[in-house]
Amino acid sequence: MSKVERKVRLIQGNEAIAAGAVYAGAGFYAGYPITPSSEIMNDAARLMPRVGGIFVQMEDEIGSIAAVVGASLGGAKAFTATSGPGFSLMQENLGVAVMGEVPCVLINVQRSGPSTGLATKPGQADIMQVRWGRHGDQTIIALCPGSVPECFLLTVKAFNLSEKFRVPVVLVTDEVIAHARQNFAIPEPGEIPLVERKSPAGPPEKYRPFDAEEDGVAPLAAYGGEYVFHISSSMHGPDGYSNNNPDNAIWRIKQLHEKIEMHRDEIVMTNTYDTDDMDVLLVACGATTGASRAAALEARRNGIRAGVLHLVTIWPFPDREVKELAGRVKKVVVPEMNYAGQVAGEVQKVIGPDTELTRVNKYNGQIITPRDILEVL
Amino acid sequence: MRDKKETKNGITEVVLAGSGGQGLISSGIMLGEAAILEDKNVMQSASYGIAQRGGLSIAEVIISDSEILFQHVESPDIVLTLTEESVKLYEPLAEKGVPVFYDTMLAEKRTGDNFYGYPFTEMAGVLGHSGMANVIALGAMAVRSGMIKAESLEEVLRERFAGETLEMNIKALYKGVGLVSG
Repeated sequence: MSKVERKVRLIQGNEAIAAGAVYAGAGFYAGYPITPSSEIMNDAARLMPRVGGIFVQMEDEIGSIAAVVGASLGGAKAFTATSGPGFSLMQENLGVAVMGEVPCVLINVQRSGPSTGLATKPGQADIMQVRWGRHGDQTIIALCPGSVPECFLLTVKAFNLSEKFRVPVVLVTDEVIAHARQNFAIPEPGEIPLVERKSPAGPPEKYRPFDAEEDGVAPLAAYGGEYVFHISSSMHGPDGYSNNNPDNAIWRIKQLHEKIEMHRDEIVMTNTYDTDDMDVLLVACGATTGASRAAALEARRNGIRAGVLHLVTIWPFPDREVKELAGRVKKVVVPEMNYAGQVAGEVQKVIGPDTELTRVNKYNGQIITPRDILEVL
Repeated sequence: MRDKKETKNGITEVVLAGSGGQGLISSGIMLGEAAILEDKNVMQSASYGIAQRGGLSIAEVIISDSEILFQHVESPDIVLTLTEESVKLYEPLAEKGVPVFYDTMLAEKRTGDNFYGYPFTEMAGVLGHSGMANVIALGAMAVRSGMIKAESLEEVLRERFAGETLEMNIKALYKGVGLVSG
C-alpha cells in the first residue's frame, strides 16, 4: 500500500485552524486580536498575503465581522476569529449574514467569563450564545473540535458547509484545544474535497439572489461582476428587495431553517468510543472530549462499562444520536466547563425530564480532568 | 490516580515551570518536536496568567507511544523548575520519586534524593547566553529520564538555529547531557 509522504509537525490548535482556513481556500481575514484566539490572527496575517488573500486588522470586532460579510459578498471565502467578548460584539452582523445568506466562518475560542472574566483560562459557556446570540428566528451551523487535528479538519469542513448552504458556520473551540500542540501532518492539497458556492448561470437581468433551488440554496453571485443584486438585512423577497408581505415572511423564515434541516444528516457529525456494550454514556464536546475518553477507559479498568459520544457538530444539536445512545444505558453523564450545564440542558431535552442525568460542571477557569468525571461514575 | 509502573508504559509526562519570559513554552515545543522525530505522539500545553513577563508559567509535554487523550499532565514523571515559587510547587513530588531539576542560582538549595540542582543560567551565561539555560536543562533531563535521545534535541536545534547561535546551543545541550551522565 502506498502511503503519501507527509511531514508530521508539532502544531498548535490555533495554528491548525489558520492552516485549515488556507487549505479551504480562504482569501480574506478581518479581525481584532483577543486571547486565546490571537494566534489565528497572527497566522492569518502571515498566510493571507502568501495565497493572494487580504488581511485586515480592524478597529474592533463589529468592524471585523462587517468586513467579513462584505468580503464574502465580493466572492471571497472569508473568516474571522475571536473569543467571548468579541463574539458578543459580532452578534448583530452575524445576524445580517444569516438573513443575507452570506457564507462566512467565525471562530470562537471560548474563555472563562462572564465579560472579560479570566482572560487566559478556558470555558465552555458560549454554547447557547453560539446558537441563540442573535435575535429573531435564525439558525447557524456550529462545529466543535476535540483535538488539534480536528481543529484543522473541522475548519475545512466549516468553510465547505458555509459555502454549500450559504450560512455562517461557527467553529466553537476553547482555550485548552486552541493552545494545545499535537503532532499532525497537514493533508496534501486535493486530499480533502473543497466546496465552492453555487454561482448563477442564467442571464444577469433575471438573477434573484434568494431564489432557492431544489437543494434549498440559491446561487450567489459576487459583487463587482455582471450580476447586480441587492442584499438586505430586512425581510426581503427572492429578488433581495424589501417585502413586508406576511406570506413572504413565512417563506423566508422557513427557507432559512429548511435549508439546514433538509441536509441535517450531512451536517450533524458525531464520534463514538466504546459505546457498543456500555452501561454509562458520557456526552462531551471540545476540551472535555479527551478527558471523557480517558475517564471512560479508566472506568473500564475498574469494571464500569463506559462509552463516549463526542458531539462534533453542536448546532444543529445531534438529538437523534444522543437519544439513540442514551436509550441504551442506565446513566448519562455530561461534563462541561460552565455553571448551568448548557449541553446537559439540550441532552435532558432529548432524553426527557424523567431520565436521570448526571452533570459535571467546572467554572473556575480550570479544565475538567478525567478524575473529575471518574468521581461521578 | 493510577499506578505508574503498571499503566504508564510508553508515556512520559514532563512539567517545565518557572516565570513568564524564561522560555519554558519554547523549551516544551523543542522537546515535543524532538519526540516527533522519534515517531512519538506529543501533547504540549501551557498555563499562564495575563502578564507577558513574570507570574507563574508552566509548560507541559506528554510524550507517548499511543494516542494521548487528556491534554494536561496528571502525574509528572520529570520536572524542571526555574523559580523558587515553582520549586515550592513541585518539591513534594521529589519525595514520591519524581526527579525535580532546579536552578541553584534562582532557588534555594534543596537536599534529598530526587533533587537535581545545577546553576543552569550561570552555565548558559558562561557558554555565551543565559537564555540557553533551558537547553542545558533539557539535555540533562533527557538523559536522566531516557524519554528522548540527545541527538533528537540536537536535530531540533539544527532546524531552529544557524551559525554561531547553533553552535552555542549544541554546546549547551551536551553540557546538560554531561551533567547527568557524568
